[in-house]
Amino acid sequence: MTNVKEKGPEVTLTPPRDTGKGLKTQEMVINMGPQHPSTHGVLRMELTLDGEIVTNAIPHIGYLHRCFEKHSEAMNDYAKVIPYVDRMDYVAAMNNELGYAIAMERLMDIRVNDRVEYIRIIMSELQRIASHLLAIGTFGLDIGAFTPFLYCFIEREKVLDIFEKASGARLLYNYIWIGGLMNDVPADFKSDTAEFVKSFRPKIKELNDLLSMNKIFIDRTANIGVLPEKVAINYGVSGPSLRGSGVHWDLRRDDPYSIYDRFDFDVIVGKGEMGTLGDCWDRYIVRVREMEESLKIIEQALDQMPEEGDVHEAVPKKIRPPAGEIYCRTETPRGELGYYIISDKSTSPFRVKARAPSFVNLSVLPAISIGAMVADMVAIIGSIDIVLGEVDR
Amino acid sequence: MQQFLESFLPAGPLVVFVFSIIPLMIILVYALFAIWLERKVAGHMQDRLGPMRTGGWHGWAQTIADLVKMIQKEDIVPAKADRFLFKMAPFIAFAASYAAFVAIPFSSGYIGSMIDVGVFYIVAITSLLSVSIIMAGWASNNKWSLLGAMRTAAQTVSYEIPTVVTILSVIIVTGTLNLMEITELQSGNTFLGFLPGWLIFHSPFMVIAFVLFFIATLAEAHRVPFDLPESESELVGGYQTEYSGMRWGLFMLTEYADMLLLSLLGAALFFGGWNSPFGSYLDGPLWGAFWMLLKGMILVFVMMWLRWTLPRLRVDQLMNLCWKYLIPLSFVNLVLIALWEMIF
Repeated sequence: MTNVKEKGPEVTLTPPRDTGKGLKTQEMVINMGPQHPSTHGVLRMELTLDGEIVTNAIPHIGYLHRCFEKHSEAMNDYAKVIPYVDRMDYVAAMNNELGYAIAMERLMDIRVNDRVEYIRIIMSELQRIASHLLAIGTFGLDIGAFTPFLYCFIEREKVLDIFEKASGARLLYNYIWIGGLMNDVPADFKSDTAEFVKSFRPKIKELNDLLSMNKIFIDRTANIGVLPEKVAINYGVSGPSLRGSGVHWDLRRDDPYSIYDRFDFDVIVGKGEMGTLGDCWDRYIVRVREMEESLKIIEQALDQMPEEGDVHEAVPKKIRPPAGEIYCRTETPRGELGYYIISDKSTSPFRVKARAPSFVNLSVLPAISIGAMVADMVAIIGSIDIVLGEVDR
Repeated sequence: MQQFLESFLPAGPLVVFVFSIIPLMIILVYALFAIWLERKVAGHMQDRLGPMRTGGWHGWAQTIADLVKMIQKEDIVPAKADRFLFKMAPFIAFAASYAAFVAIPFSSGYIGSMIDVGVFYIVAITSLLSVSIIMAGWASNNKWSLLGAMRTAAQTVSYEIPTVVTILSVIIVTGTLNLMEITELQSGNTFLGFLPGWLIFHSPFMVIAFVLFFIATLAEAHRVPFDLPESESELVGGYQTEYSGMRWGLFMLTEYADMLLLSLLGAALFFGGWNSPFGSYLDGPLWGAFWMLLKGMILVFVMMWLRWTLPRLRVDQLMNLCWKYLIPLSFVNLVLIALWEMIF
């Protein structure tokens, strides 16, 4: 094995500048993280500062690396990978499970019945709402607004309660299985979800009044961290961060998986209402409006959901896919989550590679943060909504 | 008050000592109450309860428990810190805000010291706070602390100007710098027959002056939306990053003492200080102290309310607000008040 080069890119400082009064000024290197309250986990940003202006920003990752791929290969069953998938993007575990389950079903050519499909859609859209609520809340927290954060958490609790009733877990569910679900939803699932949908709509308006349209909030986020369309596409940014830049791209509509083609919903894009197209406010508001679209999908799914159907019907006794490989992508709350799975006809995967949206989205950070202030850095990191569990895997 | 003390204490240093310790007692009791109140206000605004267990009734003893915990904490000075300055800074900070209380007329019977230039003295001595914060930031030998300290220096120096200019507009009306006399001038006569004779009802420009004064004092007390020096989501803890235990507690105490000081100053300048809102009804030295503290606490509550509602400004927006809006507005307002005084 060759020597692993531990150091990332070198930080180069401009040489000290003489102010002409016998004093010298020089740029300052400062470490933002891994124990910084606003880096959303253990991200370390190496910032070069000129006063409070960021002249260079280098993200350092790997503080939360848990060898997802190696673990997956070591499992003697494809189903045992699902808990590890949960732990990648731990605030949107349902979506991760869904992506993996769909990839495996395509590889093994399994068809699941409609009841399973509808429950999966409802679960993953509820999870999208919960995840966006967390993103919005913590974004507000980064800007300094504490109260909206807790309002968001109250609503998120309700979603987690629904999940808890169905799967027994509140964060890492292991609920969506290859070929089905862990178990059927409880009897009051439909009424619980309908009640949540009904009670949640006014809360979005409340959130808009309190945070989205707040003058200070707009001042802090509009025209900050502008991510132009071209840059976003070139870096492979996906999800709300891409749509915030005005790109109409949503895998649920453009490459439908599961039964998303049966629902009527809009793809929300940023319009540059408060400032430049693709600024932090656009990325933020895309998430807020996407929650409403998710509510639409949930309502339609609740109406169409069949009452009959065995959720274990298509669950294989022994998971032994044919030799081959598959790449399957789904739209998680953070963007395009792709699984590349190679099977060698044994019961354990030869390779499971995850294309994590947070990791790709994070790579755009240096490109959009130069010239911002330290306070803007916090807003930019918050607005691209990374989960470090997924960045490092 | 002084005569009252002298009636049962031997005249001399002891009376002076007791006399000067009263504001400290008020600050300490108030801080215990205000920190608890802040938590309850935050809790109820965020749809939760706040502390409920410690001490029984609505967690009234939570702050005391925290204080006990803070005293027990390990005394840490960072290895590369400037030990002397690091240890001095919190004391200077607290001493500055404590010393300012001496010129606040708590009631018609009690003022720490009858200083003829009371307002001027308060403005001058509170400036020491920024010195102590720069000391703390520099001595910590931490880049985040330094950034926080530099922000504070810029912020406090800038926002002193609108504060002083709005205070000046009060001085134009009253013609005295002595806070006791300013308060006395506001007693008795009423406006329009039912409004108390407080200066805020004196003219419409006085209302503007108060709003400007309140915004500026929010910044002076480092409260949201101007809490940039310690903005925890950007600068970790600002100048407090390296502080822990009781030294941090002193900074906390200073913050709350400053809130009370500036609120009491606002109450004395604009809301009649210790004057009863019902004319001569419920008036007197003891009721005076009650009214003064009540008015101060209402302003403190408004500060808390804002804190749990608003996001935080950025450092350049903070400066914009001060230099482009508050300072010109306060000067224009000063001229208008002067004209009003000339005409009426």
